Order: sequence, then C-alpha cells, then structure tokens
Amino acid sequence: MTSPSKPKLGKKTADEASLEARTSFSGDSSGPTSLGGYFQGYVNKVRGGDVGALPAVLGLVVLIIVFWIAKPSDFMTVYNLGNLLQQSGSICVLAMGIGFVLLLGHIDLSAGVIGGVAAGVMAQLLVLHNWQWYTATVAALVVGVLMGLLTGWLVTVVGIPSFVVTLAFFLAWQGLLLVIMGQSGTVSVGDSVIVAIDGGNMSVGVGWVVVILSIVAYAAVNLIVWQRRTAQNLITTPLVVVSIRIAVIAVLLILGTIALSTNRGLNNSDLAGIPWIAPIVGVLLVILTFVQNRTAFGRYVYAVGGNAEAARRAGIRVGRMTIYCFVLSSALAAFSGIIDASRIGSVSSSSGGGNVLLFAVAAAVIGGTSLFGGKGKARDAILGGLVIGVINNGLGLLGVETKINYIITGIVLLLAASVDALSRRRRAGSAR
Amino acid sequence: MPMTQTQTPILQLLGVNKSFGAVQVLHDVNLSLYPGQVTALVGDNGAGKSTLVKCVAGINSIDSGQYLFEGNDVSVSGPRDAAALGIEIVYQDLALCDNLDIVQNMFLGREPKAGMVLDEATMEKRAKETLASLSVRTISSVRQLVSSLSGGQRQSVAIAKSVLWNSKVVMLDEPTAALGVAQTRQVLDLVRRLADNGLAVMLISHNMNDVKEVSDRITPLYLGRVAADVAAKDVTTPQIIELITTGRTGDIGLPRAVAEVSA
Repeated sequence: MTSPSKPKLGKKTADEASLEARTSFSGDSSGPTSLGGYFQGYVNKVRGGDVGALPAVLGLVVLIIVFWIAKPSDFMTVYNLGNLLQQSGSICVLAMGIGFVLLLGHIDLSAGVIGGVAAGVMAQLLVLHNWQWYTATVAALVVGVLMGLLTGWLVTVVGIPSFVVTLAFFLAWQGLLLVIMGQSGTVSVGDSVIVAIDGGNMSVGVGWVVVILSIVAYAAVNLIVWQRRTAQNLITTPLVVVSIRIAVIAVLLILGTIALSTNRGLNNSDLAGIPWIAPIVGVLLVILTFVQNRTAFGRYVYAVGGNAEAARRAGIRVGRMTIYCFVLSSALAAFSGIIDASRIGSVSSSSGGGNVLLFAVAAAVIGGTSLFGGKGKARDAILGGLVIGVINNGLGLLGVETKINYIITGIVLLLAASVDALSRRRRAGSAR
Repeated sequence: MPMTQTQTPILQLLGVNKSFGAVQVLHDVNLSLYPGQVTALVGDNGAGKSTLVKCVAGINSIDSGQYLFEGNDVSVSGPRDAAALGIEIVYQDLALCDNLDIVQNMFLGREPKAGMVLDEATMEKRAKETLASLSVRTISSVRQLVSSLSGGQRQSVAIAKSVLWNSKVVMLDEPTAALGVAQTRQVLDLVRRLADNGLAVMLISHNMNDVKEVSDRITPLYLGRVAADVAAKDVTTPQIIELITTGRTGDIGLPRAVAEVSA
C-alpha cells in the first residue's frame, strides 16, 4: 500500500546529508540577514507574546522622563546618577540570584533575610573578633551557601513546596539575626574595603581604562562569535544588528563614564569616578550570563524550568539542579547583604527584612523573568533592579511618604506579573 | 521490500512473563523487531502494550523469559541500558521542553562540549543533518522554540531526537494520537522513512488505518498474550480488529481454548 508511491531513501552519506541540510531549512538560509528582516522578526516575537526586556526598557525611559519633569534640579544630576547606581546594586545582585530559583519555577522568600544574616555574621566577625575583611566576607558567603543547601534539601529531598520552606526561613532567619545582633541591635561596619564596595568610587583614570577594555572585549567577543558562526554556515544574527548592539553599549558606557568622571560633589567637596559597585555587578552579570547561555548547567536549569519531566527523562538530575540553584541564590543573597551593609555602613536586626525581597522579586519579574519558570536572564535582574532603583530614588526626591512608596512599588510588581502572565497566555495561544 | 522470516530480528523477546503482584500482565510473550521494518503493536486498553514497551525499555524488569539483542542474550535493567544498546522510545507525551529551541531539545542531557562550553556549532549542524536525512521539511529554522511548533512538527522533532544517537530500534507510543489529518500524514511518512533508513521500528497505535498503511508486520496483543505475528499484507482490517477483541480470527490467532480461558 505504501511502497510504490514513496521512493526508498536509503542511507545517505554525510556530505549528501549536509548538502540537503543547507537547502532544507528555508527559514535558516533565507533568514534574517538584513536589519529590516531582523526587526520584523523581533516585532513578530513581541506580538507572539515574547516581550523580553521591552517593558523594562520602556518603563525605565518613562520613569526617567517623569521624574526628570517632576524634579529637574535633583533627579537628572550626575550626583543622583551615582547615588542611583549605589542604591540599585544590592537589589540587582539579589534579583540575579533569585532569578535562578525563579527559572526553575520555585520561589525563594528567604533570600533577603539570608542577606541580612550573612551581613550580620560579617559585621560581628569584623567588630567582635577583628577578622580581616576577606575572611569575614568568605564566612558570610559560606553562611549563605549552607542556608541554600538546607533550603534545597528540604525542597527536593523532603519535598516541601519551596514557598513554605522559604516562608518558614523568612521568619526563622530573622530570629537568628536578632540573636546574632545581640543587645545593641545595630553594628556599624567601618572596614575601608567593605565600605568601598558600595560607597567608594574608582579613580577617573582607572574608570576609563576599565570601560574602554570592557567595550573592546565585548566587541571582540561578539564579532568573533559572529565570524565563527558565519564561517560554519550557522544561524547568525546579522552583522548590522551585532554592530548596532556594540555601538549602543559603547555609547551608553562612554556617556555614563563621562558624566561620572566629572566632579559631582555637593558643597565644593571632591567626588568623581565610577562607583565600584558598577563594575562588580557588571562582572557578576557577565559570569552568570555565561553560565546560563553557554554551560550545561545553565541549559539544564532552563530545561527543568520548562518541563521537569522531560528533563528527568533526558537524564538530568532535577533534584540536584534545584539544590544548586538555591545555593546560588542564597550565596548571591549573602553578597547582596554585604553590599547593603557597605552602603548603609551598618547592619541592624532588621537588615534584609521588610520589602527587600519584594523589591528583588519585582526586579527580576519587571526585567522579564517569568514566575512560571523556564524564562529569564541575568540581564533581567539588572534592568528590573534599575527600574526599582529609579522608582525608589525618584519618589524619595519627591518627598513621597513611605506608605505611598510601598503602594506604588506593590502596584509595579503586580503590573510586571500581569505582563508575565498575559504574555505567557499569548505565547501558548500563538503556539499552534 | 524483503519480508522473509529468514532475516534475523535485531530485538527479540522469547517467552517473557511479567506480573504485578497477583496479576499476570504478560504471558509467554514473543516479540521480534526486524531492521528496516515497521512492526505494529496493537491491542485493546489493558492488553499489556505499555507494560511490554516498559519491559523493552528497561523501566520494568521481566520476571522470566529471554531478551535477545542482535542475537545475544542481554539483561536490560534500566533505561540507560536500553539506550546504550541503541533502543530509543518516543513517549506519547512528547517530553520536549517548550522553552528551548529544536537543537537544544534534540541534544538535551547529552550535549557535546568543547571544554566547559556547550558545542553549539556541532549540535546545530547535526540537528540539521538528522532532520534533513528524515526529510523533515516543514520546519523553517532549527533555532525555533518548540513552543512555536505544531503537534506534527513536535512529533517530528521527538522522533528525530530518537535517531540522533545511532539508535537501532525506535519505539513510538501512539505518535499520531493527537494529530490532525495532514500532520498524521507527515508523521506516518516519517515513521516509514525511519524503517527505510534501516532502523527497526515498533509502532504502537489504536488507529487501524495508520497500522495498515505503514507497518510491515502486525503483532496484536490480547489480554497479555501475543495473538499472532503476521505480515500486514496478509490480514484485513476486520481481521486485525477480531484479533484485538477476541484473540483469534479464522485460523490465525490463539488456540480457541486459550483465547476463551483468558477471557
């Protein structure tokens, strides 16, 4: 019934197969080679519900314009730009960590408090035991890793939903922080290195060297990847798009550096240079992006978040991946706690509590990370963290009361989560 | 196409029994899969099709009987053993990750690496070659997300994934169950091409039209027993249905006594 009408194909040689491969995939060979084609593809992607970082970028632009108009003399100043970067640092780092847990479809409500406990441990080791800044920092990170291990173990081995485990730890670790802080309730952090993390600036010269080297490295990596993929006839972003991307990044970095290199000190004080927190967060961003896009670990995190059963059948150890992600999240939370202590100059019994975690989750979600798992990038945390930072900073300058600030931030989180939920529905709808 | 019994089967089960507690699910099952042929495994719900597949896949262990692969007695005690022999199973619920693209899905869990970095170039090239060798032409780009694919395209990707690893036996569990007419067509063509490329294919299906159309041999299961092992061209659709529902038809099938006792 079948045989006569269908020619038998038989075995192909590798050459024939690759020749056919090159001709078969019409979308790949005729694919977006021009700027217009690429743009059209992007528009289709957004229409299909994959909005990516678009809401965060638009939101950032709108917020900046609004605050600029509302408070021109204070908001759009170089002094405030430096402040803004320093205020956003700890949120960005916390959100990058939580991003890994969100990618799996879990949640970590205890991350903020873990940061508080880690910072408390560091502060007490520095003050009471006279440890060096590096040993105290390592100890704080170890505390974060251990707490992440415990969370991951309870979620995967015992099988408690992550929401419940981390809610319990949200309370328990706050109690632990009270124990650590003791009677006084507040310990000031005076170590010069720790304070410089989110309080110091690079010298202007060093700043320029770092920025120029970063731009050159970014351009080189992008062009080499493009050249290699083109040479092997693989699907590649058009060169125009790669060039534009490099140019935009370069221009933004250079403009920022020019601004931050001027003296922004108030009342004739000297204050110039890029805040150290910017390159620190930048390095973390590069490392985590590399892990997510280029390593097996990153690929498996996405796979588990997209379809845990498929990942399990593909031989991925889902439980182990979950533990790794909680450890990563908690370690970055510990680091974000240290950054926060550095900015404020002290650790208190309420460090990491309150709205810290809400801000971090909001940052990740605003940036485009999905609460349903399987979608999100380290970059999202930075974009969303800046949005949250701008809101906080702008409302502070406007003198808006805390109660209003809370309400507005809550609404922004809800908006971002709505975009996530609606775009997810749209993606599902456009699939078939 | 040669359909002689003289050809040696690549995978053969002889007298396999399997019980879950007091319930015997498989009785003295003999199953033979030949390279280059599509063998259809048909049977009513509860006939033991899934159990048989799981036994071949190593998910369920067999209680007694022989498991021969390429003529050698092998013991398959887990999915990894089956995969190592070159046996791949395409499950009904496709086990693809929607948020990954086609290449990423095809290599999931077995990615080639260059140092600590994933070797995307090799993956992309091999994915294209594999899809091309199966003449899957309906996919415009191998970097498309699986969420944007139709049911038939997903099934094609799942099948292509199973042949990436020099597999010798591919078992497909209801591959056309959720598909429309045109998509069923695509997938059946693909199943046929797998066999034409020299693989032994086992097709599990409820759809008699599909079975008659692509399979070379038909193995109906009736209450845990193999009712027959017949060439597809030697039986009519009503005969297959009779084999499925009563275990025998005319002089093909289980002896009358066995069929009635089992029922």
